[in-house]
Amino acid sequence: MFEVIGERINTTFKKVKAAVIDRDGAYIQDDVQKQEASGATYIDVNAGARIGHEKEDMEWLLKVVQEATTLPLCLDSPDPEVLEMAYSMVNTTPMVNSISLEKDRFEAMMPFLKGKECKIIALCMDDSGMPKTVDDIVNRAKSIVGELEAIGFKRQNIYVDPLIQPMSVDGNNGMMAMDAVKAIMTELEGVHTTGGLSNISYGLPQRKIINRIFLAMMMKQGFDSAIMDPLDNEIMAVVKTADMLKGNDNFCMNFLKGVRAGTIKA
Amino acid sequence: MEDHTQITETLIQGDDEKLIILVQEALDSGANPGKLLNHVLIPAMDVIGERMESGEMFIPEVLMGARAMGLAVEMLKPLLGDGESSSAGKVIIGTVKGDLHDIGKNLVSMMMESAGFEVTDLGVDIAPENFIAAIKDQNATIVALSALLTTTMPMMKATVEAICESGLREQVKIIVGGAPVNQSFADEIGADGYAADAGSASKLAKSYLN
Repeated sequence: MFEVIGERINTTFKKVKAAVIDRDGAYIQDDVQKQEASGATYIDVNAGARIGHEKEDMEWLLKVVQEATTLPLCLDSPDPEVLEMAYSMVNTTPMVNSISLEKDRFEAMMPFLKGKECKIIALCMDDSGMPKTVDDIVNRAKSIVGELEAIGFKRQNIYVDPLIQPMSVDGNNGMMAMDAVKAIMTELEGVHTTGGLSNISYGLPQRKIINRIFLAMMMKQGFDSAIMDPLDNEIMAVVKTADMLKGNDNFCMNFLKGVRAGTIKA
Repeated sequence: MEDHTQITETLIQGDDEKLIILVQEALDSGANPGKLLNHVLIPAMDVIGERMESGEMFIPEVLMGARAMGLAVEMLKPLLGDGESSSAGKVIIGTVKGDLHDIGKNLVSMMMESAGFEVTDLGVDIAPENFIAAIKDQNATIVALSALLTTTMPMMKATVEAICESGLREQVKIIVGGAPVNQSFADEIGADGYAADAGSASKLAKSYLN
């Protein structure tokens, strides 16, 4: 099943930031419940925008979010100290967002991850910057998956992010991501792939149609998770319809349910 | 001056092949290369920047325009007289230490170059001391800092502070930009300005020249 990591509880969004500053738990809980009702399978929680307040904001958010949902959370922070606290607070096995091959980040994250029971998003980023070719992405995926396996992570708990880059700056970026996903899902059998889907449409108008069609094309390649907005009905309809077309929906039941609920419309 | 509307329109459309032909024709019929550059081509790039800022034009169109501009500038450069090629100002640009994102920074760099600035692009993951060394080296008057991550925003602050401590703060205007950055953050860390996109960054830089 395709996994939707709901991206909305992030303090870089103005309304969320305001709610965190005012400690307005009702706003956050309402948003989380809407995400769950719309089909989110993970709720990402990022408290990074208020510099110097991340730990206390994260602590508050986790408490408030878990009162509203039993969905697993995606703990989104680069700071192992914040993650350690967050990890101790969650009721369900969480996902951690994220580790990369950038030396400082890698060395800070590995001691935290060792021995933990969690899923992990692994970015195909290293100290030389954003990947420029399919081989760059696949080689980085292999290194980071190898490192994680060496400390006991199972492939099924690793979500490789190929780093989707905008079409607006380079017409090859779409195919690069699609080819990379296919190679990762074949050559590293058992891992998942995920990523920030909407990066693809940065710098172009009518972004939603780009995101929708790109998601369907990526899913064909094996892309089985995305960090996205579950309240965007049309893209959620693409998730269900494409999953059905891939043969992941017995007797098309989820598709039909979506149609009857009015969330999938032609 | 002659009517060069067609050159302006062709550059805005990003039609590089046609632009080269038109620029050559203008030169053949006696147009002044310096005037072509400063009064026709650069103002056309300003229009592209403004349309990007207002949401009428999009990044691929800006890239096409910049590519066409680059070719036209290559043609004109050898023909420019003394003083005509002197740049609008010297800009140091880079993504701050710890941050490897370059898309926004590259667009700003390109628009500033097209606007006539002499741009030194230091690249990504640039430490404060490297910005300072480049300011000294180039005798720059504008510094543009980029960051895409909330986690590298504090490094912008540290870079501005380091520039202050180096005694170069009076010499330069500091512009910041990137997805998590906004005007209030720029004010908070003591930068001179914030730009939301490449078009406004270039306009902001020009406003410091007067």
